Amino acid sequence: MAMVQPRNLKYRVWAARLCMILLLCLVMFPFLMIVSVSFRSGNFATGSLIPENPSLEHWALVLGIPWEAADGTIMQPTFPVLTWLWNSIKVSLITSALILALSTTGAYAFARLRFRFKDHLLTMMMILQMFPAVLALVAFHAFFNKLGNFIPWLGLNTHAALIVSYLGGITMNIWLIKGYFQSIDNALEESAAIDGATPWQAFRYILLPLSVPILAVVFILAFITTIGEYPIASVLLQGADQLTLAVGAKQFLYAQNYLWGDFAAAAVLTGLPITIIFLVAQRYLVSGLTAGGVKG
Amino acid sequence: MTTPADAKGLLSGNGLKWALVALIDTALLYIIAGMYAQGEILFALTLLVLTGLGTWIFTSQKAYSYRYVYPCLLGIILFIIFPLLYTFNIAFTNYGSANILTLERVKEIHLEQQVRDSEVAFGLALYQNDDNYQLVLTDKSNKQAIYTTSSFVPAEQATEVSATAGNAAAGKKLSMRDVIKQRSALGMVTVTMDDGSRLVMTSLREFGVMTPLYREGDDHTLINNQTGEIIRPDMTTGFYVNEAGEQLPPGFSVYVGMENFERLIEDDGIRQPFIKIFIWTLVFAGLTVAFTAAIGLLLATLVQWEPLRERGVYRVLLILPYAVPAFISILIFKGLFNQNFGEINMILEGLFGIRPEWFTDPFLAKAMILIVNTWLGYPYMMIICMGLLKAIPDDLYEASAIDGASPIHNLLYITLPNLVKPLTPILIASFAFNFNNFVLINLLTDGGPMMSGTSTLAGNTDILVSFTFRTAFIAGQDFGLASAIATLIFLIVGFISWVNLRATRNLQEH
Repeated sequence: MAMVQPRNLKYRVWAARLCMILLLCLVMFPFLMIVSVSFRSGNFATGSLIPENPSLEHWALVLGIPWEAADGTIMQPTFPVLTWLWNSIKVSLITSALILALSTTGAYAFARLRFRFKDHLLTMMMILQMFPAVLALVAFHAFFNKLGNFIPWLGLNTHAALIVSYLGGITMNIWLIKGYFQSIDNALEESAAIDGATPWQAFRYILLPLSVPILAVVFILAFITTIGEYPIASVLLQGADQLTLAVGAKQFLYAQNYLWGDFAAAAVLTGLPITIIFLVAQRYLVSGLTAGGVKG
Repeated sequence: MTTPADAKGLLSGNGLKWALVALIDTALLYIIAGMYAQGEILFALTLLVLTGLGTWIFTSQKAYSYRYVYPCLLGIILFIIFPLLYTFNIAFTNYGSANILTLERVKEIHLEQQVRDSEVAFGLALYQNDDNYQLVLTDKSNKQAIYTTSSFVPAEQATEVSATAGNAAAGKKLSMRDVIKQRSALGMVTVTMDDGSRLVMTSLREFGVMTPLYREGDDHTLINNQTGEIIRPDMTTGFYVNEAGEQLPPGFSVYVGMENFERLIEDDGIRQPFIKIFIWTLVFAGLTVAFTAAIGLLLATLVQWEPLRERGVYRVLLILPYAVPAFISILIFKGLFNQNFGEINMILEGLFGIRPEWFTDPFLAKAMILIVNTWLGYPYMMIICMGLLKAIPDDLYEASAIDGASPIHNLLYITLPNLVKPLTPILIASFAFNFNNFVLINLLTDGGPMMSGTSTLAGNTDILVSFTFRTAFIAGQDFGLASAIATLIFLIVGFISWVNLRATRNLQEH
């Protein structure tokens, strides 16, 4: 560090540290509070950050286990949280797999094959991803409402409809994968082609195995986006057992049925794994994104 | 040109492919025909074009490259472009809860209406033979005309029997009381007479002829079979009207031209909330960008300041709000801010003795939204700024340190000028994102507190998208008006994107 240091550096560092700690308190407050609330008994209990008499009642209820209160009454779980979590995971996994399949094949064509309107299509995708799906909610609702008359398993309130409607979210991923493909030298594929490999074989047996990192990135990216998606899911899903977590979680906090403690347990239970996936994936995400982005 | 390899392929792999294509096409064509029959021309046509295109691409050798692109393009066409165009389309219709069907479907509903022909009535007697039942029907105007139905098993589902002349019932005749027991099952029975007329139960003792109320006339008109009155579809309001001019529900959706847009401008009860909401949307998005960018930049500087040894820990903890799914953290805040039981009001009361009404006071609700959104949004700005700050050469700061410049000087004359260009597109994109930040508003306040004195439900903290959502799905299902607002937002977002594109291009040129 060859920098010229001001004399009052020490005070400045301590001032910065103090600011930082105050700010971190503000940032961490909601998280610590929600963990604390999830162990309090009752839904309106107040208390300090560390509960005086911790209770597992909310955790039991969220996990679907009836809970016997101190006075002997049995509390039944209000919402099928585990079903919602399973719905979310199911929808997200299938969606991510489909998005991966669609965007890899698409990206392959854009990176390696020659065809008309290629550049136009790429620009079009760039522009289209600026319009969020939330603006077309009416259209999604009407579309699946009508489609359900002809194909019942694709109508409103089905997971299939939700999964299918998420397939529009592939534009950014195509760009990502395409950038990565272009960063791989195509000499291998060319020599395979000379040996008689079809474009499909070159893609399947040479390019794909080389691109596992970006495929993982896209899969995780799609998974995180889908599991937190709220607008479309809230319009398409209606039945209590069909909801995803993002839509269902809201029901804990209706004014007439305020289940703050149960919500806290559900939030920790479901938020924690997603957060960990994100934090772990983030490192790879950044490296994957830059690897693709540079040559894009 | 057919090479031997192709010929072989035709027998094995290709044969399978053709079979598969034929199978999928048959299924799709069946659906298309169904859609066309129901009057969903737009759907049928879109699907037909896509099916045709797909078939060509997967069968023609010329279109080989497109085989890789078509599936993903299909996703984009069906779930980005089609919803876009469909929204524009709905904006010019009166599609909504009162006018939700197509003309064809409404016509069918009217044609299905049945009225009783009062002149024909049959007395009924029910005979039981073990599990089997038979009806004996006697024409009330001509007691000699007696008919016996084929035997049936009473069930809670539509049952069809036919009747022949003569009394040939087997088993014993049931008393009135036993007939009443079978009442609901008999209600499901339709008797077809040998002259082709169809009878249903009209009262406990009677079967009568039900005839359709309407028959079809020319040009979608319907003729009342009893009065001869002609009802015709009114293509401006979307209802069948009778000769007296009364509307007969259900309605069907029709194109109403610019009416939805005119309502936005001319109807005071809609225009005033719309303008208020529009201004708040701009303020909300603008302030969010300003706050998150300021805090993000400050924190980015701090977590990269070398004298601060433990900065790595800060960095990870500060990114947390970005890592937790938004729908969870927003709801956490909703609970923490709760006026009666929320922890925030408890702390504020303990410290200052105040209990702000976060959800009933419009100003405080807006303040709360901005606080929460800043908390949610600063990590993204921080990550971006961390990258951009690294790109500023260290020499500049060293030189200024030698000159004895203060941190404020550094910020104003070195950091900000170097950041403006690369940061502008990010800020614009963030503005566009928050302009449509539906999840935050819907989950935190749901638009509330509500405005009073408006003809359409609107909230003080509603932004344009959440107002659209409310108009479409909560208050009255006015899909037409909602789509008109959505169309306006499309234009605004398009404009913002265009500005952003210019800003990015500027950046690349310099």
